[in-house]
Amino acid sequence: MSNSLAPDFTGRITRPAGPIVIDIAGVTKLYKMGEEIIHALRGVSVEIRRNEYLAIMGPSGSGKSTLMNMLGCLDTPTAGRYEFTGKNVAHMEDDELADIRNREIGFVFQTFNLLPRSTALANVELPLIYAGLPPSVRRERATQALQSVGLGERMLHKPNELSGGQRQRVAIARALVNNPSIILADEPTGNLDSKTGVEIMALFEQLYELGNTIIVVTHEEDIARHARRIVRLRDGLIESDGPAL
Amino acid sequence: MARLLYELTESFRIAFAQIRANKMRSALTALGVIIGIVAVTLMGTAIRGIDIGFERSLAMLGDDVLYVQKWPWGNVEDWWNYQNRPPLLIEQCEALNRVIASTPNSLLEVAVPMAQRGSAVKVGENQVSGIAIFGTTADYSRLMSVDFQEGRFFNETESTAGRQVCVLGGDVGEALFPGRSALDQTVLIKGQPFTVIGVLAKQGSFLGLFSFDAQVLMPINAFRKYYGIRNGGTSLRVKVTDKTRLIEASDELIGAMRRVRSQLPGERDNFSINQQQAFKEQLDPVKSGIALAGLFITGLSLFVGAIGIMNITFVSVKERTKEIGTRKALGARRRTILLQFLIEAVSICLIGGLIGLSFTYAVCLFLEHYVPSLPVEFSANLVVVSMGVSVATGILSGFMPAWGASRLDPVVALRYE
Repeated sequence: MSNSLAPDFTGRITRPAGPIVIDIAGVTKLYKMGEEIIHALRGVSVEIRRNEYLAIMGPSGSGKSTLMNMLGCLDTPTAGRYEFTGKNVAHMEDDELADIRNREIGFVFQTFNLLPRSTALANVELPLIYAGLPPSVRRERATQALQSVGLGERMLHKPNELSGGQRQRVAIARALVNNPSIILADEPTGNLDSKTGVEIMALFEQLYELGNTIIVVTHEEDIARHARRIVRLRDGLIESDGPAL
Repeated sequence: MARLLYELTESFRIAFAQIRANKMRSALTALGVIIGIVAVTLMGTAIRGIDIGFERSLAMLGDDVLYVQKWPWGNVEDWWNYQNRPPLLIEQCEALNRVIASTPNSLLEVAVPMAQRGSAVKVGENQVSGIAIFGTTADYSRLMSVDFQEGRFFNETESTAGRQVCVLGGDVGEALFPGRSALDQTVLIKGQPFTVIGVLAKQGSFLGLFSFDAQVLMPINAFRKYYGIRNGGTSLRVKVTDKTRLIEASDELIGAMRRVRSQLPGERDNFSINQQQAFKEQLDPVKSGIALAGLFITGLSLFVGAIGIMNITFVSVKERTKEIGTRKALGARRRTILLQFLIEAVSICLIGGLIGLSFTYAVCLFLEHYVPSLPVEFSANLVVVSMGVSVATGILSGFMPAWGASRLDPVVALRYE
């Protein structure tokens, strides 16, 4: 760990932010629900830099999920600009978005989303398959990723043989394995008891300190407080954006 | 290209993992395809078998032999026009041979008379009945399409003298002299002793109708003594010199026969020239009719199997909507998802096809061994075609659901519970 970084008053290390990874400006998103048009986002602008640890907060209906889908390149904005590491992704086709997701984004889901019949190792290998890597390389990198989240011993277990915390660790290993630009976690502790939740957040802390860029979407104040910066949404607009205190 | 190959191998691995994970469901789905493929391939072997049996039967008739008969082969509407035709006589055969001999570069080689009667053949207490007794001349040996199991055909001298010698068909020889040689033994035909001078090799039955092995051949002059030559009971067989010029030979034969019978110009032929081709023409439409109907009906069962595959792929896609969302979030492209489900469907079909084909193969082996008279033929062609049909079934039935899966919106799919 780099000792040159001074801990802040809470005793945490804040790494200096790097170049811009995500640049969103004036993004809107409309949905049609039957006859009604829903404005999920009404003009959101946000810049996220490498080495940031960011939490996106907001009550349900605030547009937080929509923003997360947008950041994760699962969805494209109705209007506005979205540049991901300098590439304009706002008007990309499905398959181009899939490639961006594969190489640049590591997803961690609330419900883990592991393939139930595959081993932890096979689950972690999945993004590498879509990256087109040969089996030997996949195995090696997936093994490393699992070891880095402390699951080196349980690689060949299937999800139903693992505890909730362990499952989420597998999911985090899967998110890490392709060295993405950002790790995007959607309520990562939502399905875990509070003790395990704390462990997972400690793991995120560790990953952040190792130089990863982490975005956590949550509605829990306790979880958001782990981040260094909090973006609060309300009714499709950014209500506040500032350092976590 | 390499990328596609990579995706294909990965898709196959995923597909087989899925099939293993859902053993029961996969097995039941495959069963539909198995039944379909078994039905289609069995039908295929049967059709091929009919073809082969048909060809074998035609070969028995000889592909270089023309038959001069009162009646044409096949159905005739105006039977009364044929009924009153004059019978074919031995004398006409002799006259025909003289015409052939006097024609330079004749396409016809030799004509033999064939007189036929049904009779029983006896050896001591042993008797076989319903045997076709043929009276012919020594020249018959020149147009025979069958080999001798033992002995020889009767010669010119025996033939003209009407000596009481005979040649037995394969089944007759075996039935009367089981396990021993029939040569030089005496058999009783119509109460008269005949010495066996030859036994023919077995050649099977003609279209399953009558056996070529249940016949006895004797000199026509001996035949005449005991049976007489009945009106219409005789026909002529004419061997041609070049079987590739059968039509010309047939024309020459018509001319020669008209000369023999002193028919006037303008008069209709009062005989028929028959050849195996006529049978072919008669039977080919029947054959293709059977093939078409058979393949259609069995094809239906394969169609039902295909619907089963489509159904199960739809279920599989629905069930794994969230998994599809996850895969897409992790970077799976549309094509990858499409291939994954398509290959799963194709794999089930291929496995079903292979099992079905092995079953058909087993049935064919069984039939060949235990029911040799039933013509079945398992060919390499059949393997290729049925595997092709299996894959096509998989692709056709799997495509719609797989396409749907590949187009799923990842946001919607991830939210699906």
